[in-house]
Amino acid sequence: MEFYRSHVLVCAGTGCTSSDSQLVRRELLKQLAEKGLDKEIKVVETGCFGFCNLGPIMVVYPEGTFYCQVKPQDVNEIVEEHFIKGRPVQRLLYHEPDKETRTLEFDNIEFFRHQKRVALANCGHINPEVIEEYIARDGYFALARVLHEMTPQEVIDVIKKSGLRGRGGGGFPTGVKWEFASKSQGDQKYVVCNADEGDPGAFMDRSVLEGDPHAVLEAMAIAGYAIGANQGYIYVRAEYPIAVERLQTAIKQARELGLLGKNIFSKGFDFDIDIRLGAGAFVCGEETALLTSIEGRRGEPRPRPPFPAVAGLWGKPTIINNVETFANVPPIIRNGWEWFASMGTEKSKGTKVFALAGKINNTGLIEVPMGTTLRTIIYDIGGGIPKGKKFKAAQTGGPSGGCIPAELLDIEIDYDNLTAIGSMMGSGGLIVMDEDNCMVDIARFFLEFTQDESCGKCPPCRIGTKRMLEILTRITEGKGTPEDLTNLETLAKTIKNASLCGLGQTAPNPVLSTLRYFRHEYEAHIYDKKCPAGVCQALLTYKILAEKCRGCGLCARNCPTNAISGKVKEPYVIDVEKCIKCGACLEKCKFAAVIKE
Amino acid sequence: MRSLEELKAIKEKAEKTISVRENTGAPTITVAMGTCGISNGAREVLNAVIEELNTRGLANIHVTQTGCPGLCHKEPIVTITVPGKNPYMYGKVTPENVKKIIVQHIVNNQPVTEWLVNLEE
Ligand SMILES: Cc1cc2nc3c(=O)[nH]c(=O)nc-3n(C[C@H](O)[C@H](O)[C@H](O)COP(=O)(O)O)c2cc1C
Ligand code: SF4
Ligand code: SF4
Ligand code: SF4
Ligand code: FES
Ligand code: FES
Repeated sequence: MEFYRSHVLVCAGTGCTSSDSQLVRRELLKQLAEKGLDKEIKVVETGCFGFCNLGPIMVVYPEGTFYCQVKPQDVNEIVEEHFIKGRPVQRLLYHEPDKETRTLEFDNIEFFRHQKRVALANCGHINPEVIEEYIARDGYFALARVLHEMTPQEVIDVIKKSGLRGRGGGGFPTGVKWEFASKSQGDQKYVVCNADEGDPGAFMDRSVLEGDPHAVLEAMAIAGYAIGANQGYIYVRAEYPIAVERLQTAIKQARELGLLGKNIFSKGFDFDIDIRLGAGAFVCGEETALLTSIEGRRGEPRPRPPFPAVAGLWGKPTIINNVETFANVPPIIRNGWEWFASMGTEKSKGTKVFALAGKINNTGLIEVPMGTTLRTIIYDIGGGIPKGKKFKAAQTGGPSGGCIPAELLDIEIDYDNLTAIGSMMGSGGLIVMDEDNCMVDIARFFLEFTQDESCGKCPPCRIGTKRMLEILTRITEGKGTPEDLTNLETLAKTIKNASLCGLGQTAPNPVLSTLRYFRHEYEAHIYDKKCPAGVCQALLTYKILAEKCRGCGLCARNCPTNAISGKVKEPYVIDVEKCIKCGACLEKCKFAAVIKE
Repeated sequence: MRSLEELKAIKEKAEKTISVRENTGAPTITVAMGTCGISNGAREVLNAVIEELNTRGLANIHVTQTGCPGLCHKEPIVTITVPGKNPYMYGKVTPENVKKIIVQHIVNNQPVTEWLVNLEE
């Protein structure tokens, strides 16, 4: 055994890798070797800590010191001060958005303090490329228990009783799904992991695969035992190269230790896993399209029933579960269903990972018990809205979801509450919007995405989303008519009812929910030809307030079209005919004399 | 993987390598590494601590350093903190003393009283 007095964890997730954590790591290794510290301090690469926008992240144990935005040129100071003299480098510590003080230990940071990590428990804690580190944290003991002590039906019962529901969007009870597949007759069955992660705002699946790939492998083997399958596939998008690489390493290591392969634990159970790469079409995350894509055909949905549990991959009984769903399985087996069911709300058990983005101080990946209020997530964990702006809405469920207005900030987030208010859990994207966001524009943005991603197989989705997008675009351009609102609603209903797959069935949600809570914004666009948030270009006019203008001329010098004229020390004016609404004048004026309305 | 025992053996070994990262309320050995500490041989003491823990296979012990505790004439200074108990401070520690401190204090839970720094002195 090698004892190191200190472990330095350097994040090697996608976020931190792109902010150059690898350069930091290399510099650190070099300096530790130069100072002869490499025998006492160990550098460990980990997965994502969830705080990617402050990356590269570095955590020093045993103290648990949390450093953010570490650059290669900071390494020298960390080595000299912290590693040699034991004095943490203050300026690299995290500080809460609203406070002056810096926080030393990682557990005391607000962002982490309110979290409860189950699916992400190992992310940012172990080296995902060393299977022994996973085993050290009880990895593969759930598989061992299942094979030694439980019948397949007992496994299914535990998962059912735990209340685990699918984290990929639908929220279907996982144990029930497994039971269907286990009851289906078939010489060959399959376990598929959905790692397509198509929601543009979400990256929890990527983080689990990068930070804790063995958890997914172990869970898939458990699922295989439960339903009687001995082959698994992980369908992961090719845009996730680090995740793919870690998965490959993990599969290789698990095979070497005989945790995948033949006769696992000498119990006569065989299970192996292969990776299939997806090209990253949103619709390929839909389960039937995904299976078709694995079979080597164009990823288009097909009607259900038959459900995959009856006739899935190559017509064989198949279960398909999301990455995060799988990541919850080993801890449930290890700690018991009672433990899992003790977290969350009546019908949504356990925790959920959210990707916090948009107008919020702490963007990143968080995991909280189901039933946590939106207020806690946004204000305690997320650190509130930047620049003292007002919260307007939170969008959950990505392109299939909807908006939650400020009146509902105290809602306890779980599957059923979100559905009741016209949104969706989805995969856990959570985008925060403030007073500067135009809700019509947001709805248009999501519809543009789904319209673009529609596979075109069925007309309600293909043509319907196109028509809806045209109407929305018209409204944002100030050409909307009163009938547009009713037309949008009629179209939305038809598309929801008549589309073949979930993409079409949920595509109108962002429009419907903004119409429900922010109808006045639509009306302002249509009747007053105004965009209250000042986003929709066509509806804005730039104006100089004569009483505030000091006549400095700065705006005029910056206007690309010479639309501003005036005499020095007298109020300037904008010629609306020439103005192209670039916003340069507003940005430049030091006296807040330029406004847009 | 043939058996559960095999998995347990891997776990036991691996647990020790990552125990530094687990906040298990482990005893902590702190070596003062201020300027005068270092010039009085604190580095050598720190190395000796790590070596001793290594040879004894004691994984569940945290080793950290600290700055100047303000007792320069007692350097090198090593403090042992067992959670829930008062910290013990050793003065004028040498690499040779380290062995005995670890065996008596950490393994047998008997502080080596004659080397402790007496703060009333
Ligand atoms: C358009 C569309 C895209 C989807 N994308 C994903 C995805 O990226 N990842 C995912 O796990 N599930 C996705 N789903 C849900 C899957 O169809 C399926 O319900 C899920 O993988 C089942 O796993 P779970 O029960 O563990 O959530 C998508 C569904 C639709 C309709
Ligand atoms: S609903 Fe849309 S994405 Fe789904 S099958 Fe129809 S056209 Fe394709
Ligand atoms: S920059 Fe502002 S203050 Fe100066 S001329 Fe333009 S509007 Fe007036
Ligand atoms: S918005 Fe741009 S184009 Fe219009 S007046 Fe200002 S600087 Fe000129
Ligand atoms: S990738 Fe480093 S914190 Fe997310
Ligand atoms: S520098 Fe060591 S006690 Fe002052």
